[in-house]
Amino acid sequence: MRRDVFQAIADPTRRAILLMIAFKSMTPNAIAEHFDTTRQAVSKHLRVLTECELVKQTFEGREIYYEIEVKKMKEIDHWLSQFRQLWEDRFNELDKVLQAMKNNKK
Amino acid sequence: MNNNLSFDFSVNRENNTITVKREFEADINMVWDAYTKSEILDLWWAPKPWKAKTKTMDFRDGGHWHYAMVGPEGEEHWAWAEYKNIQAQLPSGQRKFTGLDAFADAEGNINQSLPQSEWQITFTPKGNLTIVECFITFSDLSQLETTLQMGFKDGMRIAMEGLDEIFASQL
Repeated sequence: MRRDVFQAIADPTRRAILLMIAFKSMTPNAIAEHFDTTRQAVSKHLRVLTECELVKQTFEGREIYYEIEVKKMKEIDHWLSQFRQLWEDRFNELDKVLQAMKNNKK
Repeated sequence: MNNNLSFDFSVNRENNTITVKREFEADINMVWDAYTKSEILDLWWAPKPWKAKTKTMDFRDGGHWHYAMVGPEGEEHWAWAEYKNIQAQLPSGQRKFTGLDAFADAEGNINQSLPQSEWQITFTPKGNLTIVECFITFSDLSQLETTLQMGFKDGMRIAMEGLDEIFASQL
């Protein structure tokens, strides 16, 4: 499940879709107008994004609008923040090692 | 630990790169040694409570570092890094090298089905400090997630159980 999210955002078209609907929710037709691809291809991308819960559908009359699922996007940030934390910890260790090296030199 | 030393971490999702930049309070020779000598790398490379254990290292163009991340229960995740473009003396005073990082086994066979990444590391002297900039390229960000799960799972401050709770609370 987690992996799916990253596969979803690995595709440049899907990333472009996410960027577009981040500002306002859009219908599949409106989204498709921005791409040199078929309406079907865009629908497929939207399906992947929906399955990964990166976007959600809202219905207004007969129209379907797609919008960003904010919680899920935050999850991705969460993964990245862990990677950041790893580096901070690692560098703090290196600070100690360098200090010890300097002491040995004296 | 030392709040005066700058630390930058930035992610570029467009080209699947992560840049990690940090200052160290030591001269460039010392920091270079810390990155290129296995006996020193073993002291800091693994996130606690894991330990890095070098099997073989040959720091030269085309050479490699074959090491394991050893967990508290004695579990081992083997890795293989291949070195290229080593530039130990640039006219600018900087130094550079590139590492191709992969998962492997104890015999040094690279696991092709697991993520690989390229690390371009630049060392720049700045007074009595040294700046190390590491530019990591993943072929896609899903690899980053696998890297997190495989190599560092138990070493991270925020445990996966915590993550699972977060996921569960969203259902």
